Amino acid sequence: MSNATVAESAKDKDAKPEKARRPASLWSDAWHDLRRNKVFILGSILVLILILMAAFPSLFSSVNAYDPSTCDLSNAREGITSKHWFGTDNLGCDTYSRVIYGARVSVIVGIATSLISAIVGGGLGLLAGYYSRWVDVLLSRIAEIFFAIPSVLGALLFLSVAGRENAGAWIVVLSLAVLAWPLILRIMRAAVISAKNQDYVTAARALGAGPGRIMVRHILPNAIAPVIVTATLNLGVFIAAEAGLSFLGVGVQPPAISWGLMIGDARRRFLEAPEPLIFPALFLSITVLAFVMLGDAVRDALDPKLR
Amino acid sequence: MTAPAEPILEVRDLVKHFPLNYGVVFKRQVGAIKAVDGVSFDLRKGETLGVVGESGCGKSTLAKLLMALERPTSGSVRINGRDITTARGAELKRMRRNIQMVMQDPYTSLNPRMTVGDIVGEPFEIHSDVAPKGGRRQRVQELLEVVGLNPDHINRYPHQFSGGQRQRIGIARGLALQPEIIICDEPVSALDVSIQAQVMNLLERLQNEFNLAYIFIAHDLSVVRHISDRIAVMYLGKIVELGNDAEIYDSPTHPYTQALLSAVPVPDPEGRETRQRIILQGDPPSPANPPSGCHFRTRCWKAQDICAEQEPALEARPGSAHPSACHFAEARDVVNAE
Amino acid sequence: MKNPSVDTHLLPADRAGDEPLLAVDNLHVEFQTRQGVVRAVNGVSYSVNAGETLAVLGESGSGKSVTAQAIMGILDMPPARIPKGEVRFHGTDLLTMRDEDRGQIRGRRIAMIFQDALSALNPVFTVGWQIGEMFRVHQGMSKRDARRKAVELMDRVRIPGAKSRVDDFPHQFSGGMRQRIMIAMAIALDPEILIADEPTTALDVTVQAQIMGLLAELQQESDMGLILITHDLGVVADVADKIAVMYGGRIVEHASVFDGYRAPAHPYTKGLLESIPRVDLKGQELYAIKGMPPNLLDMPTGCAFHPRCPYRKENCVTDVPPLYTVSDTRGSACHYWREVLDDGSR
Repeated sequence: MSNATVAESAKDKDAKPEKARRPASLWSDAWHDLRRNKVFILGSILVLILILMAAFPSLFSSVNAYDPSTCDLSNAREGITSKHWFGTDNLGCDTYSRVIYGARVSVIVGIATSLISAIVGGGLGLLAGYYSRWVDVLLSRIAEIFFAIPSVLGALLFLSVAGRENAGAWIVVLSLAVLAWPLILRIMRAAVISAKNQDYVTAARALGAGPGRIMVRHILPNAIAPVIVTATLNLGVFIAAEAGLSFLGVGVQPPAISWGLMIGDARRRFLEAPEPLIFPALFLSITVLAFVMLGDAVRDALDPKLR
Repeated sequence: MTAPAEPILEVRDLVKHFPLNYGVVFKRQVGAIKAVDGVSFDLRKGETLGVVGESGCGKSTLAKLLMALERPTSGSVRINGRDITTARGAELKRMRRNIQMVMQDPYTSLNPRMTVGDIVGEPFEIHSDVAPKGGRRQRVQELLEVVGLNPDHINRYPHQFSGGQRQRIGIARGLALQPEIIICDEPVSALDVSIQAQVMNLLERLQNEFNLAYIFIAHDLSVVRHISDRIAVMYLGKIVELGNDAEIYDSPTHPYTQALLSAVPVPDPEGRETRQRIILQGDPPSPANPPSGCHFRTRCWKAQDICAEQEPALEARPGSAHPSACHFAEARDVVNAE
Repeated sequence: MKNPSVDTHLLPADRAGDEPLLAVDNLHVEFQTRQGVVRAVNGVSYSVNAGETLAVLGESGSGKSVTAQAIMGILDMPPARIPKGEVRFHGTDLLTMRDEDRGQIRGRRIAMIFQDALSALNPVFTVGWQIGEMFRVHQGMSKRDARRKAVELMDRVRIPGAKSRVDDFPHQFSGGMRQRIMIAMAIALDPEILIADEPTTALDVTVQAQIMGLLAELQQESDMGLILITHDLGVVADVADKIAVMYGGRIVEHASVFDGYRAPAHPYTKGLLESIPRVDLKGQELYAIKGMPPNLLDMPTGCAFHPRCPYRKENCVTDVPPLYTVSDTRGSACHYWREVLDDGSR
């Protein structure tokens, strides 16, 4: 009696070589898509260059922008020359090397804020969505309180309370992350709730799986895609926000170098010397654009609604 | 006839009411959906009990209660004498080994991010003492072989399989812990017609091989009849008739069973003009607000005053040798009648 | 078998000379997908006359619904494409017709109902408004008159208390009632053809019996041609006049319902009929068609059914069987239809 079915499955094996060649999982399907996506490739190249710039600025510039001795007041606001490709700023420092060295703050703020908000918001969202009832009520209400704070205002407030003196990149990261995690929590919570009601979760419960296993093995892998998409899209947003805060004078403080700070410093003398403003602004725009392109491509590849 | 074996599953007066709440902040209960409303039956080793009924009759809730995925409002589900509805923690986990399920939709019941090996092997990870760690992969491959899948496909993902093959994966997962009871909740209704028979045959073969007891829940009466030893017909949370397959199909005594059977289209066009049909009027009433007395009386052609006043018990009656919950139970062959 | 009489694509009704009400003729539909071109419909022909019920039987992926969507002109193009074929309504090809002219036919003279009535109805409008819309849009009727007609139609599809329910929303109705509302919308303008795509699959058996009974009555009243698309052999046996069995995007057998059930001429039809559980064979293994439905991206060579077929011989692997004429009223796309026919079904 069993022979019929076994024989027939042997048949299936022969009939399936076509499918075997197909990508194995949804992740590799997404990767397969991304590799063919021109927007993704362009975005990734730009982002890679940027990361390289942040990690090893000396590769791009022979001048160490943090060394005050490289600045020469007598050369202040000089236009583009063969020595100073992007001109010099108010203090006679080389704008090109400052732009290169300024990438680090942007990259740190973008990536760290995204990661922290995704981990905190994602983790709490997982708990809220899975346990529902009072855990959900509590976490969601807390998230809503933070959510209600307008982000720029909130960051301004946080930073002015935290104090300007020690306002390095990490304080900016913290202030932005504090305001960003509730969004991730909401996204994660919704994804978890829909994954939680899937039959395979019921099947795991019927097998006797505990909450930890169900969350980690069954729900998280099926709920994390929208979080990844949002976190990637957020990268650009955070970089722009850091520049904005530094421009307003509450973000990173001199002597640290940040594009936002540079733009802020240069804005008063813009008509005399446009270069110290234009170049950091251009780099900022390209960076934000690159991350947004990356986020868009990731969304197209992972968002099941578009698949 | 041999003496019936000891029941391995005893269900007594099982009730599940889902409260209907009103209000956002101050919730107050305004009623209850009586999904399962006093169900009792036994299941013996190696036996198949078919459960038929239409959507909303409570058959899926019943499955969840038996699996201890929902806690009943009252009543008991004893497996080998131990009540699963009151079991907690380690005891519940141990009891789960003995009762497993096969779900309806092979597309949603397998985690798309896990390989077949992980899915079928998960029971061993959860119950780590069942199979030694080193031997698990081999056990999984054996299981795949048993359900008629290629054991080399252990590293594939569910979407690489067809619906019928996925259902086999689900069955292999259910078999892993060597349970005595398997609850099959509409196991073939989501499959293509030509695949249904394959899966039915597999379920029957496994039953013989492992002496499994099935609760076979379905709305397709011909499928239920094929596989079941006994059949329970459910309507609005209650069993209205319970008997062996011949009793239910050849001499149904409850009007609802008769209507259900006669509504099933016969796959043979010969004589269709003369075939008699009992066409019920309207839809089943809401389980939140079932009719008084007999739940079926609002759609029944036999209903009298007594039906609104007195709820008929599920018992053998003068007109019915097997248990039937109708005051006017009377055998009527609706399938073979011309 | 050397020189079989080959009926390449036309159904018997066409050869009689007078054109049937609706004729699908050698229809091909392809979809452009990321994995490649899927040939969902591969030379399908069938016809239906006034008052006649044609059942199109097939599994998921057989192309039965795609064919219906092509008739209705509701395929998304792209990704769909119709490289070949005709859909003739009263002898005129709908596929080459101007869009405005086709719009005059769609919904008015050829109507369709779907499996999932809930998602086919708009949740934010009352059912009366949605039924009335047919009259307002197609006939320019006033709101008041359209509402009155909606109540009439709801009565006609036997929705109890139509007058009081005309202003209810779709979610306030049960599944069976929603399907009745769909039917009311479909028959609003007295179509000549009604296409029912799995109309009762989502419904319970007792409700299914009501809906099929209703469709049969409506058909008798108005002499509609009915195309019933389903996988349910029971429903087909109950209501169909003729059947067309589809497999892998082709029609593999067409016959009158009595001939087809009594003695199928294609191994697939025969397998389907034999795999139905039967009372006298209880306890025995069910007959099962082995293997799986074909993958449309990777169709078997020759006859699409050959990997699963007990009658297979060498040429089945290489030669695509044409639709052989079995008799005046039936055809089978099997090289060995005579053997299948001689074996009978039960």
